[in-house]
Amino acid sequence: MNKENKIKTSNISNAGKKDWPLWEIFIRSKQGLDHKHAGSLHAADAQMAIENARDVYTRRMEGVSIWVVESKYIHASSPEESASLYDPANDKAYRHPTFYELPEEVKYM
Amino acid sequence: MEIIDLEKTFLDKIKEEIKIEPKDWMPVQYRKTLIRQISQHAHSEIVGMLPEANWITRAPSLKRKAILIAKVQDEGGHGLYLYSAAETLNISRQEMIDLLHQGKAKYSSIFNYPTLSWADMGAIGWLVDGAAIMNQVPLCRCSFGPYSRAMIRICKEESFHQRQGFDILWTLSRGSEAQKQMAQDSINRWWWPSIMMFGPNDDASPHTKQSMDWKIKRFSNDELRQKFIDVCAEQVKLLGLSLPDKKLKWNEQRKHYDFGEIDWQEFWNVVNGNGPCNKERLAARVKAHEEGAWVREAAMAFAEKRASPNPSKGGEIVAA
Repeated sequence: MNKENKIKTSNISNAGKKDWPLWEIFIRSKQGLDHKHAGSLHAADAQMAIENARDVYTRRMEGVSIWVVESKYIHASSPEESASLYDPANDKAYRHPTFYELPEEVKYM
Repeated sequence: MEIIDLEKTFLDKIKEEIKIEPKDWMPVQYRKTLIRQISQHAHSEIVGMLPEANWITRAPSLKRKAILIAKVQDEGGHGLYLYSAAETLNISRQEMIDLLHQGKAKYSSIFNYPTLSWADMGAIGWLVDGAAIMNQVPLCRCSFGPYSRAMIRICKEESFHQRQGFDILWTLSRGSEAQKQMAQDSINRWWWPSIMMFGPNDDASPHTKQSMDWKIKRFSNDELRQKFIDVCAEQVKLLGLSLPDKKLKWNEQRKHYDFGEIDWQEFWNVVNGNGPCNKERLAARVKAHEEGAWVREAAMAFAEKRASPNPSKGGEIVAA
């Protein structure tokens, strides 16, 4: 009785086993737009990743094209570098058209 | 950078409503809280497929069957969005699944109740998904980017779930006396467990304050529960049915509905594994996972074989 009452849990641990590789999914929502990162999923290979992405990310006509990239091939900048990477753009306001004051008479510019 | 500076940067971002992304520094406890909450949420979506799957083969029409399949498929998808969000915090999918299957991770207690009649598909959609939405909408503004993005996607899809549930009950409520009775019986059984979904009262919920300070949570359990009760108390009138709470009454002063005492003993009983279906639900998940092991292994072996450059091992021969 006691034994039956116990919740059956799994003794099988997946600890030693590998997950299927992780893939990043990019979806083009309609012709003419960029592919945009939608999320990620696990799949054994690229074809399965595309099929799963179809099921997971385009159930409501969200896409007309799918890219999949294995996550390990994505290289990212690090947040600690953000100062050295992006601050130099701060003091270059002259790169924006609003920096320039033109005579009011100037049209179509 | 010193820890104290890192923490200040982190807290400043939270204050300014700048999202925290996976590679940003975050306090250990923030990471832990999110892993627990997001994986618990993911498990709930996956286990939540079971009570409804019970009725797919017995749905009363082809239309209802197609709708129910679409809803259950959405829930599988929602589980995946959430597992992926949790994985960005450096926990693997396998670890999370192990914790669930070993009985160490929780999922929403509501799925430990049985689905006894077709009307339960209605009550689950209207009340259970309704309560979930009430919880989830504020999570779209959660301070952790991947969780917030997953929630936005989920909320977009979830609203059909609630509507189809109400539609089932509405149809039954205009049917025969027996159908009307079936709808009422279902509401009677699901009402109290649904309002328990918001969790313990605020004074018995020790993590709430920290989670609100970190902007993981935006409203307390009791605030959300009250909001949900106010909405349902009005909606049930349209069904011509009632909620099983004799103390439910509009309070003109508070501008809210007053409601009866929640049976917290039942709540903790189910949380601690003694609900009507705890054993069945976990056993079903474990069985599915174990019986699917050969499929996962075979797919991996096939992928490796195809990727192999050696034709004798089955690799593709590339034309010279």
